[in-house]
Amino acid sequence: MLHTFVAYVEDKPGVLTRVASLFRRLNINIISLTVGRSERSGYSRMTIVADASDQAGHRIRASLYKLEDVAEVDDISGISAVTRELALIKVAANAENRSGVFELAEVFRARIVDLAPESMMIEITGVESKIEGLIQVLNERENRVLEVCRSGKMTMRRGHHTSRVLRAMGLSTEAPARDDEASEFHSPVDPE
Amino acid sequence: MTHGESDFHPHTLTRLTGAEILWATLVGEGVTEVFGYPGGAILPAYDALRKFPIRHILVRHEQGAAHMADGYARASGKVGVAVATSGPGATNLVTGIATAMMDSIPMVCITGQVASKVLGTDAFQEIDITGITLPVTKHNFLVSRAEEIAPAIRAAFQIAQSGRPGPVLVDITKDAQQATAIFDFAAARPRPYTPHPMLHCTDQRLHQAAEMIRKAERPVILAGHGILQSRAGEQIRSLAERMQIPVGMTLLGLGAFPASHSLNMGMMGMHGESWVNQAIQEADLLIACGMRFDDRVIGTPVTYATKAKKIHIEIDPAEINKNIPVDVALVGDLREVLEQLLPLLPGRDGSAWLRLIEESKGSAAVRDIRNLPDSGHLYAAHVMHDLWRITEGRAIVATDVGQHQMWEAQYYHHDHPRTLITSGGLGTMGFALPAGIGAKFACPDREVWVIAGDGGFQMTACELATIAQEKLKINIAIINNGYLGMVRQWQEFFYERNYQSTPLVSPDFVKLADAHGIRGAAVHTRADVERVVNEARQHDGPFLINFLVEQEDSVYPMIPAGSALHEMIRRPDQNPLIETPQDH
Ligand SMILES: Cc1ncc(C[n+]2csc(CCOP(=O)(O)OP(=O)(O)O)c2C)c(N)n1
Ligand SMILES: [Mg+2]
Repeated sequence: MLHTFVAYVEDKPGVLTRVASLFRRLNINIISLTVGRSERSGYSRMTIVADASDQAGHRIRASLYKLEDVAEVDDISGISAVTRELALIKVAANAENRSGVFELAEVFRARIVDLAPESMMIEITGVESKIEGLIQVLNERENRVLEVCRSGKMTMRRGHHTSRVLRAMGLSTEAPARDDEASEFHSPVDPE
Repeated sequence: MTHGESDFHPHTLTRLTGAEILWATLVGEGVTEVFGYPGGAILPAYDALRKFPIRHILVRHEQGAAHMADGYARASGKVGVAVATSGPGATNLVTGIATAMMDSIPMVCITGQVASKVLGTDAFQEIDITGITLPVTKHNFLVSRAEEIAPAIRAAFQIAQSGRPGPVLVDITKDAQQATAIFDFAAARPRPYTPHPMLHCTDQRLHQAAEMIRKAERPVILAGHGILQSRAGEQIRSLAERMQIPVGMTLLGLGAFPASHSLNMGMMGMHGESWVNQAIQEADLLIACGMRFDDRVIGTPVTYATKAKKIHIEIDPAEINKNIPVDVALVGDLREVLEQLLPLLPGRDGSAWLRLIEESKGSAAVRDIRNLPDSGHLYAAHVMHDLWRITEGRAIVATDVGQHQMWEAQYYHHDHPRTLITSGGLGTMGFALPAGIGAKFACPDREVWVIAGDGGFQMTACELATIAQEKLKINIAIINNGYLGMVRQWQEFFYERNYQSTPLVSPDFVKLADAHGIRGAAVHTRADVERVVNEARQHDGPFLINFLVEQEDSVYPMIPAGSALHEMIRRPDQNPLIETPQDH
């Protein structure tokens, strides 16, 4: 299954290698990985999507935490969250067949961000299936898809859980933190 | 270079070179010995060493330095330190670092690196050692400024010792060693250590575990290395005694619970005693304490202790449900968890279960080679048994990897913590001699025995010269069977006795010792063992004994890799009397 992790990591050289190396060691394929600055200075935020067995989530999270540069790890597989991906898609288009692409873009709530005599560039954000849907219909038209650049998934939990992050970073929290560890071990006789 | 003048005070605020800061920080961390080997990129550090009260032990190969730091840490519980130059010096450390990583040993390795302005240019003796050691260290640092040295070293010490311990490497560029900075030991203190956020041991889980223990009819404690690491020997003893629970030991756990204790069944796993493995298979509850269900211990996961519920007490959350799914996980420091658990356990009568285990020993005692009449042949088991008897089980024993390692584990009964120094996880041949040297530095007043096979001994035999140079009183027992014995045993059992590349021609080890100015003697009969062992012990200096043992003897019992624990190959009823070269 696909697992999605959000990790806050220290913003310094070599951190990406350490995180990537952990997945390599476990022979787990990273489907997508996005990194960028976060709301905390000195910390980057990663969204990691990986394909691994159903039980692997606990071990990956626990192992990520063992990396010195990792401050916070959230396993949000199957948890209510907003997930987005950004894609830039360049298609072949000329004066004759351009308008169809404009129409499509409108239907998909995408934007045309570049227009040249022989091509157009579409910018689209959304969930994975929406982006894949657009690429599919583009492929069905005579407008050939020339280039696709996708950011990979970015994910944020809905609601209030931010307090956990603040706590992990030693900052004050208003709302009491939810205890996520309770369901950690999937134990048959563990009623928690 | 030995002790320098110790007018140095680590708490004074002064401008020092990076090299001086390195040693000053180590002094501040309590380091008194380092094991190392110099070279160009670490030369500034070596130049500054004479000003500091740190003894440098010159090794003969950097792998030896890493194993010595490792043995030092295992024997003392403190952090061991190894030093090497860039390039080949650093890569030679790697096997030793990996050995420490697999067994969770606190160790700090310091390597020189080429100057920061040529980093990444393939400069002479430049190697990306932080890249190379990334998977075999708990963490590593590349330091390119003098200011960063003290914080990096202090963080390294904290990381190496905290939580589940492990090795840390600090790679310091030559220019960082040469530049100057203000040295402020206190200000270089790392952030306070934060435990792994997934440690989890709620009252509810504790009560659940206690209830399972109270209700169990056939419980077994699995005692691992974590008991030594968290100094939980007392607590394990209370748990076992109060609840009358038999204890099975992992290889690295040996010594954590006294071998002579009536509840200690002995070692489990691939070469564990049959009744221990049988007890595990029959158990209705396993209480795993600071152990990780290694494949050498469980045989195969599907058939492992299928009747038992499992409680896992462990500090590393990543170990939970890794190899064996468990019913209750108490994730935290073993000693702290047991201290919370013990008040919930009033006591219990376990005699019926203990009697069953006693009965399951059956014919084991008659099969034991020690109880066979002396046939004139020397068996490794005899040597181990006699060494144990003569040293009264009090020596620190460093073993190598192979058959002799298993015989030692079976026949040298460790009653005291940190008296067995052995490479369990990586199984690194060549470990014993340097690790024994490290242990001797950690415990100079203790009797230290190195027990190595004829194969593994030759992997790091160069360290005999270190023993001679440092004038160490270390006793060395080579269990010489003329084979890479453990591999030969596998060939015998699983490859139709095709002894491909396992017969071994060795130098005359006694002469080799002699060439180093080390006394030695050869032993080929059981009758001579005691006399020569005593001669070695009484000799005021290192002593090497070449024990010429039965060549095609095998370690029993044995669970073939991938089989279930109860599918073991028992000791033969009568040991085959194989002829030795001495018969001819
Ligand atoms: C560095 C290394 N290389 C290879 C092995 C594989 N191996 C395990 S035991 C063994 C034989 C060891 O022979 P020896 O040192 O003579 O000990 P014995 O088994 O005969 O007691 C070998 C080759 C290893 N563990 N470590
Ligand atoms: Mg041998």
